[in-house]
Amino acid sequence: MEFFKVSGIYKSFGDIEVLRGIDFSLEKGEVLSIIGSSGSGKTTLLRCLNLLEKADKGTISINGEVIIDADAEDKYTDKEIREKRLHMGLVFQQFNLFPQYNVLDNLILAPKLRLNERRDLTKAEKQEKLEKITAHAYELLETIGLFDKALAYPCEISGGQQQRVAIARALMLKPDILCFDEPTSALDPELTGEVLKVIRSLKSKDRTMIIVTHEMDFAKNVSDKVIFMADGVIEEMGTAEDVFDFPKSPKLIAFLNKATETF
Amino acid sequence: MTFWQVTLKLLEGFGMTCSIFALTLVLALPLGLLISFGSMSKFKPLKLVVKVFVWIIRGVPLMLQLFIVYFLPAKLFDGEVFTRFTATIIAFAINYACYFSEIFRAGIEAVPRGQIEAGQVLGMTKFQIFTRITLMQVIKRIVPPMGNEIITLVKDTALARVISVIEIIKVAEQMMSYAIIWPLFYTAVFYLIFVGALTLLFGYFEKKMSYYKV
Ligand SMILES: Nc1ncnc2c1ncn2[C@@H]1O[C@H](COP(=O)(O)OP(=O)(O)O)[C@@H](O)[C@H]1O
Ligand SMILES: [Mg+2]
Repeated sequence: MEFFKVSGIYKSFGDIEVLRGIDFSLEKGEVLSIIGSSGSGKTTLLRCLNLLEKADKGTISINGEVIIDADAEDKYTDKEIREKRLHMGLVFQQFNLFPQYNVLDNLILAPKLRLNERRDLTKAEKQEKLEKITAHAYELLETIGLFDKALAYPCEISGGQQQRVAIARALMLKPDILCFDEPTSALDPELTGEVLKVIRSLKSKDRTMIIVTHEMDFAKNVSDKVIFMADGVIEEMGTAEDVFDFPKSPKLIAFLNKATETF
Repeated sequence: MTFWQVTLKLLEGFGMTCSIFALTLVLALPLGLLISFGSMSKFKPLKLVVKVFVWIIRGVPLMLQLFIVYFLPAKLFDGEVFTRFTATIIAFAINYACYFSEIFRAGIEAVPRGQIEAGQVLGMTKFQIFTRITLMQVIKRIVPPMGNEIITLVKDTALARVISVIEIIKVAEQMMSYAIIWPLFYTAVFYLIFVGALTLLFGYFEKKMSYYKV
């Protein structure tokens, strides 16, 4: 059985059909890259997966359990939506770090709030767990190479560093699937490398990732699977080799030609 | 009258000025926040009612509003309903709440959508997102315009004398019946000291929050 399965996702904004039946599945630990020209619906797909948009139709399951069913989405309570969201993580193009908190607090804010909500723990147990959360945050900062920036504020670090912090923040809640929406598009070219390196280093047998990107070399390198989207459908899907070295659809061929031209 | 006698008399009036100022602030801040929520409501009829209300309150001179709050109920019920002081506080609180609400609304709407969405994908509740993410950013944005509005309030309190509330300028005016006019000019010193203190205070807040950018 597939670890992560997306079936028949449709989404319209008014009269515009942005997603017209998206189906794919991933095994645990797989990395999927989604490529496609701007406006093809990549962001909308990630937003549906993270419940920032309500899909019109379709289901999303993890380990065989349906997490999101578009037909039932209106009935979900706020609490259910929160729980469902925690299966997924999302790293935004614009980082969206919280400016008033330092790096460490950006990481521990959400887990700390969740901890405080728990009624079943004593004060001492909460304190102990909070220490674990903080230790985990420092571990992640070590992984992304920003241990020494723990107490810096977002405005004091570079865009590349901010995006690395945003990645660590998303990892704090241990999502089943971590999504990236063009994580390097808002960065100066000389800063993209450090972020891509961090994402590559996250690849492991139990970390499943979906990466929307315009970095073709990176996608080719890191992906187990690649999806090419055009006009709200999956135009072509396969291994990195299939898609990049032996493209079939004329749209994909044109897209790849154009992508290599610009570099 | 000696200088000290005048100073003491004016101080009494200034006490009233400060009371109007403080009570207006305490009431108008929460009321303004409530009104700003109304003006951003997704429920269209509520939004419309609130917008029209804000338009009327901001569109009519505060002086006229003081007359209306004090005299209209008295006329309708044939006797004093609100004391002069209560009427003043009601008129001021509502008037300033409307101005504050527009500042709050602008501040809240200026928070990028992405900040809220970042909170959502991290599983935070709406309340947590408002208190832990949005609020601090709103406060940082609204301190300068609020400072302006609050300084204006200090001087607007003088309007209360149109319904014979004995604030500092009214006191100085009364002294004119003894043919001394200089106390009227002297009142400026009280305002300047008060506004100076407020300016320093708001400067301090701005500095306090300069460690982050929004
Ligand atoms: N909230 C929205 N309201 C209306 N149209 C939208 C909205 N979000 C996206 N769209 C439209 O959906 C299409 C796909 O957008 P998007 O998912 O951002 O594409 P991509 O990320 O591949 O560039 C675009 O035509 C865009 O204008
Ligand atoms: Mg996009």
